[in-house]
Amino acid sequence: MPDATGLELIARELRAADGLDSGAILDTLFFRNRATLIVEPLSIRAVLGALRERGFSFMASLHGVDYYPQEPRLGVLYELLDMSGVDRITVKLRVGSSSPEVDSVTPDWPTANHQEREVYDMFGVVFRGHPDLRRILMPEDYEGHPQRRDFPIGGEPVIFTFNESDSLGSAQ
Amino acid sequence: MNSNLSDYRRREQSITMAPLQEQLSDVETVGQELFTINFGPHHPATHGVLRLLVTLEGEVVRDIKPIIGYVHTGIEKTAEDKAYWKVIPVIERMDYLSYYFNSMAFIGAVETLLEVEVPKRAQYLRVIHMELNRIMSHLVWLGTSALDLGAISMFWYCFRERERILDLFEFSSGQRMHTRYFQIGGVIEDIPTGFAEKLRAFVEEMPTRIDQYGALLSRNEIVLQRLRGTCPLNAETLLTLGVTGPLLRAAGNPWDLRKAAPYSSYEDFDFKIPIGTVGDNYDRYAVRRAEMYESVKIIGQALEGLPEGPHITSDRKVALPPRHELATSMEALIHHFKLVTEGMRVPPGEIYYPIEGPRGELGCFVRSDGSSKPARVHMRDPSFVNLQALAHMAEGSYIADLIATLAMLDPILGGIDR
Repeated sequence: MPDATGLELIARELRAADGLDSGAILDTLFFRNRATLIVEPLSIRAVLGALRERGFSFMASLHGVDYYPQEPRLGVLYELLDMSGVDRITVKLRVGSSSPEVDSVTPDWPTANHQEREVYDMFGVVFRGHPDLRRILMPEDYEGHPQRRDFPIGGEPVIFTFNESDSLGSAQ
Repeated sequence: MNSNLSDYRRREQSITMAPLQEQLSDVETVGQELFTINFGPHHPATHGVLRLLVTLEGEVVRDIKPIIGYVHTGIEKTAEDKAYWKVIPVIERMDYLSYYFNSMAFIGAVETLLEVEVPKRAQYLRVIHMELNRIMSHLVWLGTSALDLGAISMFWYCFRERERILDLFEFSSGQRMHTRYFQIGGVIEDIPTGFAEKLRAFVEEMPTRIDQYGALLSRNEIVLQRLRGTCPLNAETLLTLGVTGPLLRAAGNPWDLRKAAPYSSYEDFDFKIPIGTVGDNYDRYAVRRAEMYESVKIIGQALEGLPEGPHITSDRKVALPPRHELATSMEALIHHFKLVTEGMRVPPGEIYYPIEGPRGELGCFVRSDGSSKPARVHMRDPSFVNLQALAHMAEGSYIADLIATLAMLDPILGGIDR
């Protein structure tokens, strides 16, 4: 893990790097020995590209978080791994729920394909430029994004034989 | 001579195959036509309810689109409505062949948030159970994969040894699967009397069993023809696709979190990381089989070096007080009541905790908002990520090799769909 100083050094390097907006790194967070960079959503591809040049060349995971009721509400986290230095860094961005759009990183990181689809499915974050942005775990005609915090647990009736005909989409 | 034949025989001999063979000679135009078939979700070779849309050119696979979600049960959502310690049973049911690993990834994340120190004995007991689980998972993989290749006896042999492991799980926790043995801060109970002897007998016997699997399969002509050289994928492509675990190691990259970033005292044990050379299906088979030997070695060392001491942390805000204290101590009773009714409050924060599962990097992301229920639980399941590599592996190979590759990929649909 980069220590707290190492994280600040990476953040400073990235702020000074060419081709990167100086406001791309919004904040750093060092918590329980885990380093996190909080970035501007528009510059996510550039930041991940710059981190890749610094050795973080493996994307271990990508996941969505809903910070309801905070705004901007939705978050996308990218867990990067440096295999030769055995180092991890988390890159985090936040987008509002009104029009959650983030540039897809799938063209640069093919592993993000399924994972971005999952975040889209569960949180409704639209990844611009994703080659095949469809629902992945929920049915394709499903409405809503079930992992959002305001989506009720158990809000859907369980369909048994006796209430089969009452459910949505049944032939009546 | 012909006149002696019956009408039937004469008619039979007059039939010529020539028109059919003329059509077959036109096979090139037939071969250019692509057709898409639906493979699964209810197909024994898909190892669960995986559906593949396979585009074929003749018998050659040109494109694969996996369709998943048939066993999506919303475990991540369910976890948000449960106290931390009640999440463990549901999270174990994600990847149903690596339940100890699922709970370890989740518990590790929560323990990091809580900054709880786990006693050494609990760490060793966790290692013993995780490595038993790894062998068990590999046995199911080996048995079902051999079944896909047409060898049914392997299935019985593998499940015979798997039964012994499940008996050990039952001995230590009362359950054969989804044991809820790991708890935040340690393990729920110390191993019972007699467990060590039973485990020692298993550790002594298992290497001879793995030898037998090798004798049956490793130089078997059918296995060699089906696996050697089929569907290789190099380490660079695997890394861009996020593939970890035995699949990556088969391609020659010795990445293993147990060695690279040890957790739960893995640094105390002496074991090797088996790797392959070309990354074909045979290497995938060989790496997993060799991993079973290493797991047995780790179990043996952990059992011999098992430290004395408590099996769970003494932090009463995290772990239940011992049963005998409840009768005499009011404080213990209060702690017990608070833990069972409300659960523990976890400091706010976000943690991603990766461990080395039987299929690769199994990471659990937990976000706490300071309450007694997690605000978000996400499992980075290796099967889910590794599945993306299937199309890259099997493109351009025969459909029969696709079955073998899927078997060697070892996807667990419970983990993919969660």
